[in-house]
Amino acid sequence: MRYTQLTDNDVAKMLETIGTESIDELLSPIDASDRLARSLDLPPALSELELLAELDRLSARNRSCDGQICFLGGGAYDHFIPTVVDELAGQSEFVTAYTPYQAEASQGALQAFYEFQTLICQLTGMDVSNASLYELASAAAEAVLMARAITRKRRVLVAETVQPDCRVVLETYVRELPIELVAVPTRDGQMDLDALDRLLDDDTAAVVTQTPNFFGGVERIDLSTTAAHNAGALAIVMVDPIACGLLKSPGALGADIVVGEGQALGCPLSLGGPYLGLLACREAHMRKIPGRVVGATHDAAGRRAYCLTLQTREQHIRRERATSNVCTNQGLLALRAGVYLSVVGKHGIERIARLCLDKAHYAAERIASLDGFELAFPDVSFFKEFAVRTTRDVPAVLAACRRRGILAGVPLGRWYDELADCFLVAVTEKRSRAEIDALVEALDDA
Amino acid sequence: MSPVEPSGLQGAGLVPPEPLIFEMGSAGACGVSLPPQDVPSVAPSSVIPAELLADGPPPLPEVGECDVVRHYTRLAHRLFSVDGNFYPLGSCTMKYNPKINERAAAMPGLVNLHPHQTDDDVQGMLQILHELRTALAEIAGLAEVSLQPAAGAHGEMTGLMVITAHHRDHGGLRPKVLTPDTSHGTNPASCAVCGRHAMVVESLPDGRIDLVDLAKKVDEQTAALMITNPSTVGRWDGQIREIARILHDHGALLYLDGANMNAVLGIVRPGDVGVDVMHYNLHKTFSTPHGCGGPGAGPIAVAEHLRDYLPVPQVVRRDDGTYAWDHDRASSIGKVRSFYGQVGVLVRAWAYIRALGPDGLRDVSEKAVLSANYLAARLREAYDLPFDGPYAHEFIMVPSFHDYGVTELDVAKRLIDYGVHPPTMSWPVAHCLMIEPTESESLATLDAFAEAMLAIARDARERPELLHHAPFTMPVNRLDEVTAARRPDLRWRPEADQAAETP
Repeated sequence: MRYTQLTDNDVAKMLETIGTESIDELLSPIDASDRLARSLDLPPALSELELLAELDRLSARNRSCDGQICFLGGGAYDHFIPTVVDELAGQSEFVTAYTPYQAEASQGALQAFYEFQTLICQLTGMDVSNASLYELASAAAEAVLMARAITRKRRVLVAETVQPDCRVVLETYVRELPIELVAVPTRDGQMDLDALDRLLDDDTAAVVTQTPNFFGGVERIDLSTTAAHNAGALAIVMVDPIACGLLKSPGALGADIVVGEGQALGCPLSLGGPYLGLLACREAHMRKIPGRVVGATHDAAGRRAYCLTLQTREQHIRRERATSNVCTNQGLLALRAGVYLSVVGKHGIERIARLCLDKAHYAAERIASLDGFELAFPDVSFFKEFAVRTTRDVPAVLAACRRRGILAGVPLGRWYDELADCFLVAVTEKRSRAEIDALVEALDDA
Repeated sequence: MSPVEPSGLQGAGLVPPEPLIFEMGSAGACGVSLPPQDVPSVAPSSVIPAELLADGPPPLPEVGECDVVRHYTRLAHRLFSVDGNFYPLGSCTMKYNPKINERAAAMPGLVNLHPHQTDDDVQGMLQILHELRTALAEIAGLAEVSLQPAAGAHGEMTGLMVITAHHRDHGGLRPKVLTPDTSHGTNPASCAVCGRHAMVVESLPDGRIDLVDLAKKVDEQTAALMITNPSTVGRWDGQIREIARILHDHGALLYLDGANMNAVLGIVRPGDVGVDVMHYNLHKTFSTPHGCGGPGAGPIAVAEHLRDYLPVPQVVRRDDGTYAWDHDRASSIGKVRSFYGQVGVLVRAWAYIRALGPDGLRDVSEKAVLSANYLAARLREAYDLPFDGPYAHEFIMVPSFHDYGVTELDVAKRLIDYGVHPPTMSWPVAHCLMIEPTESESLATLDAFAEAMLAIARDARERPELLHHAPFTMPVNRLDEVTAARRPDLRWRPEADQAAETP
């Protein structure tokens, strides 16, 4: 049968060694009345050729970003993935290795994760990073749980400019926990700092902000972290790791816990997953960090070596008293991010961030000059993404662009009633001037 | 598969230590090639407040492409993997990861899809996801599957949230969840994450749940029992219908940790024996690769009366045969992650199920069970088997070499010298090894493993010192994990480097 190697002869020998007549006898602990009396109702097996043909057929029923010009953002971005990322992360040793519990047999993975942790700290200006979580929203939830564990306080203020599905996930996570989520309203496309001041009190565990926020606007993290600290709350900052190539790091701005979406660091769009949750914090909170952490040490011969460490935080040791329930994380995606950050490096990340800034501002200026289009938040600084307001019907405009092979933007009406006349445009380093001009032309004609 | 003789060969024939990426490179080097500037350059200070601008780029490495390639290629060589090594890791199901699944997941038409594209643009992918969730529901014998959770523990959490929502709707605040002492650590940890209190249920000496203890502990405060079946000691608990009845009589639900589904595919369906909610580990049972610790996927399956609570959105097939994301589920618990799920992983699992079909899936479980029982038969002469067979897809054995001062750790480390990854250690029974060969292995591999374990048993009695210092064939040997935890060093720092150079 497919993928198994034991032949009928092998099976006979094995049964003889065991001392039973049939495999069925080995299943005897299962009551006959509990057993499925029929075959599973599934399509019959496909040979490799047939499966490849089926995959081709299904693949052809998708219109991928390759064949279109992608200006979609809203939490996932069409950034350039250097070829070496696929090649290096695609090495079968990395792909098919297990979690590195046995240090001697896993130094390659452990060292790669130690480097990843370091790279994330270098990028975010924080002291400690874990070896990844699933993706941004659940990472933000874990950060909130951390803040509760650290402060023992109840209230968590969450900016409404935070990505909508992250806020839904936070609500889902805390529903049965002694944590109260309080929304900080938006003013003109940014978190309302005056409202934040009014909402902070001495039972506030943390303030959660995102920068750039869901509308692409850069938030005044310097001010919100100060406000949080003055009230005795922790500052949880959700970041775009690419923006860290240009903007002051959240660590330098006072963040206590940083979370991020690492998809932009060499991970494919893949219809939303698997992605890469980043979580980093100050040294003081190291022992409360969720998920796996790799540490450096020495072996019996004094050689530098790496191992999973601080495991007493984790579920397989502490069980109910663990800091979290995370077991499997996103190892291979963290590896991709490590390769990406190594190959783009200090100079590359700055250049990529500058290109995003330049191209997004070029696009915004040209779009804002069109009749019937304007920036939704013209006074807000932005990095690589911005909200466009139009007098025309948003779905119709986007459909017209799509007919030209342009994915022009993400309509905001889905989450914000008051922004039903707006859509988000993201411009990465991949978008050429010609592509941006084509977008502008398509919008003008839509 | 004979091991290298130990004397004088510490680290012999191995690659030299690999520097950290931060110790490589040269100021100004950069490995990425970017397109030229084709739009006007914007001065950052003209569009971003000065307080928010960095003085310079983050202190990332400066290494050229060739050296980056060398570095990560050499790291890959310092690693055991399913492609290179046998991994009889109990509870992890380290089966072969089919290469066609990698090909499938990397197809441009499947991987270059943005999550905000309209449903019209992604019909092929939606069909794959719909077929997968239908297949997983059929295999589970349950009504509906959510593909959203990102890993097994995430699925447990999601399942517990569904259970909690159900109880809240039925007037009960049920804070208690029962878990056997043999359960995976994620079970009680997931309870805590959901604000539930985990309480232990005793096991009988043969590893099955103690029904007397269960009956004593189940009450109107109990939300659910989390069971793994076959259990982590490698035996199917035939009391499961009775367990379900006891729970249901008190309005409690039965949750199945599906980590061990590799033993029962097409043989038993959890829904048929009273399970209300379960999760799958696609990176175990359905061959998606482990990737050094992820990404996995942990879809959940629920019985009819729990469907309303599943996360949104759900992939649906409309009457006209087209597919869509459906956000309309009024009692949904919400979302447990951004976007839809571990789609790239889900594609691999779909391809695996399509390649095997119903007969192939059943064959998986039959061969997995056969292989485990074969190894138990071959090893029982040299190791203690605390539980009687026949076993499911895994079994527990205890190396009993205390008289020679040899522990299960020593046995595990010596196995590395044979090119085999050690089995799961020390759980769920003290000092044990949990062996799960899976269905993928040839008889030759199984026999070589058995020979290695028998040789180690001999060495435990005849040359225990050898085992204390194993492994001998790896770049490093017996790490000081105590210091790693006491004085954590979790990142490279340039200052530390300078300090180390001081004589």
